[in-house]
Amino acid sequence: MIKKTRKHPAGINVDRRTFLKGAALGLAGIALPPAGADAGLLDDFFQKHFREMNDEEVRKVIDRLEKEYSKKYSKDIKVKATKPMENVMFGYGLDIGRCIGCRRCVYACVEENNQSRDPQIHWISVLKMKKGSNLVDLNNSDKYYQPDQVPEPGYFYLPVQCQQCEDPPCVKVCPTKATWKDKDGIVVIDYNWCIGCRYCMAACPYGARRFNWGQPNIPADQINPNTHYLGNRPRPKGSVEKCTFCIQRTREGRYTACVEACPVGARKFGNLLDPNSEIRKAMEHFRVFRLKEDLNTRPQFFYFFGVKSNRPGGGK
Amino acid sequence: MKKMKAVFFTMLAVAALSVFLIQSGVSAQQPADQAKKQQQPKQAAAKPLVQAPDTVTPAPKMAFFPCSQCHAAMPANKTERALAFHTEIALKHMPAGWCFNCHDEKNRDKLKLANGDLIDYNDSAKLCGQCHGATLKEWQDGVHGKRTGMWNGKKVYENCLTCHDQHQPAFKAIKPLPAPEKPEKIIYKNKK
Ligand code: HEC
Ligand code: HEC
Ligand code: HEC
Ligand code: HEC
Repeated sequence: MIKKTRKHPAGINVDRRTFLKGAALGLAGIALPPAGADAGLLDDFFQKHFREMNDEEVRKVIDRLEKEYSKKYSKDIKVKATKPMENVMFGYGLDIGRCIGCRRCVYACVEENNQSRDPQIHWISVLKMKKGSNLVDLNNSDKYYQPDQVPEPGYFYLPVQCQQCEDPPCVKVCPTKATWKDKDGIVVIDYNWCIGCRYCMAACPYGARRFNWGQPNIPADQINPNTHYLGNRPRPKGSVEKCTFCIQRTREGRYTACVEACPVGARKFGNLLDPNSEIRKAMEHFRVFRLKEDLNTRPQFFYFFGVKSNRPGGGK
Repeated sequence: MKKMKAVFFTMLAVAALSVFLIQSGVSAQQPADQAKKQQQPKQAAAKPLVQAPDTVTPAPKMAFFPCSQCHAAMPANKTERALAFHTEIALKHMPAGWCFNCHDEKNRDKLKLANGDLIDYNDSAKLCGQCHGATLKEWQDGVHGKRTGMWNGKKVYENCLTCHDQHQPAFKAIKPLPAPEKPEKIIYKNKK
């Protein structure tokens, strides 16, 4: 069942708790935008749940958002709502034997996915860990490392982003059903329905979700105009965001931005249902593991140590 | 370990032998044999690295090409030595072997496979694949190296040489991009 809780429209100062209290008492009217608020805000306010809208209704919402964003950034911004493809289940692989911790992926992701530059938001965190340390304890790592050169001897690097769990704890705790797992395996967020309670952030065992504590800021000349409603469209203050496997790219058949940015080719992406995809080949080839396997979240994000047995000399 | 060493030396021996065969011109006594030899190599060289419509990125641009500008008029000097020219090239690749494991003596504008086939510089993956067969296969599967473009369609394979310098193939350390800001440094100017 989907609760008909509404998010207040961006920009209008309605106290969240007042609104929730109002809703709980069946007095949702308390939280309505003031009389005279423009029609767009009212539409925003009364928007249905994304999954209950028909194509026509989605089109309307998107038209509204495209206008709003294009005005804000003074350029043409496209918002798509591309649906999952049939017979596709996305999977991701990361070779931590290859990763050198250069953070090229982090910034490629920021640019592709319109993450706020100031205050800074990064969807990918690269954790530096001592060789031989326990992968279960991610706290025992450093994400602020800044040497002149990477890789540093004696360390390995573990990039962490949303693991697109098969059984996502974040989805279970969301009081407004603003986040769910789509058919192609991507855990998405409807920023218009997110009320910013951050339960999902507390529930995520991987620390993969980010909160817009302030108004996100992206210089107009750096905005990526190719966006998806459930992905990299500009987010309102007070909403939660995270990696969506570059939904705006991957639902059209393209690789994610981080895959393409990785200089060592440590990142692999593809359809888990296709035995010829590189993700499947990698899984057959290498010893694969997932983070915090014991929690039974079953991530669709796999890690592996590529074996270096290909040297003619027999490896080192 | 011993077995690996044996494989390695056999491989070098094969490479060396073929270099020798090519140098000695596979003398004219056995024309039939020679014809066969020429046919086989052509097939090997012609086999595409990746299936159409996929493509491979070109190798990085070379400082002086064509090499024949100078080498057409120079007899090849097969003696392993410190060069007075190309001094920027320090070969740190295979423990044994020299320039002519990969370059052709007569036509410096081409690379040479162990079987004597000449290939284009952009097809160098075939050269690498002779000694790094498993890696080449992984690269073709998308497991080694990188592919860009479409996960469900046309892919562009990153050339081996984008990531590996042919003469010093070990991956070089690079400068990391800036660390994220620490939470206490982030100011929410517009937080009401
Ligand atoms: C500007 C002229 C010039 C160009 C262009 C040039 N070379 Fe050379 N190269 C030389 C000279 C001179 C030597 C001999 C150096 C010595 O004997 O110390 C040499 C030596 C070599 C050798 C060592 C074997 C031999 O025959 O002496 C190789 C291999 C070689 N060059 C490869 C190449 C390749 C491959 C290219 C093209 C990418 C190239 N060269 C382009 C001038 C050139
Ligand atoms: C492992 C095989 C291999 C060996 C051994 C090798 N080369 Fe090369 N060399 C290549 C390949 C492949 C290229 C093409 C690079 C490209 O396309 O960007 C190349 C390119 C060159 C170039 C042009 C590079 C540039 O950036 O302008 C020169 C000059 C050259 N080789 C000389 C030599 C010399 C001299 C030696 C011996 C000391 C040698 N090579 C040994 C594979 C090899
Ligand atoms: C004639 C055989 C031969 C050819 C051709 C060849 N290699 Fe190698 N390669 C070797 C050997 C031998 C080693 C050393 C193995 C070791 O030290 O364990 C090696 C090592 C390497 C390494 C590991 C280097 C390191 O220090 O970690 C890389 C990467 C590599 N080669 C890439 C290439 C590429 C790219 C090409 C094509 C331009 C190529 N090789 C062509 C024989 C070859
Ligand atoms: C996207 C970059 C990239 C491309 C493209 C790439 N490699 Fe590599 N390769 C790497 C990295 C990174 C390593 C690990 C390097 C190291 O430890 O020095 C590596 C390692 C190797 C090794 C050492 C053995 C191993 O598995 O660690 C060989 C051999 C090698 N590559 C050959 C090739 C060949 C041949 C090609 C082309 C068919 C190729 N590579 C294409 C990035 C690349």
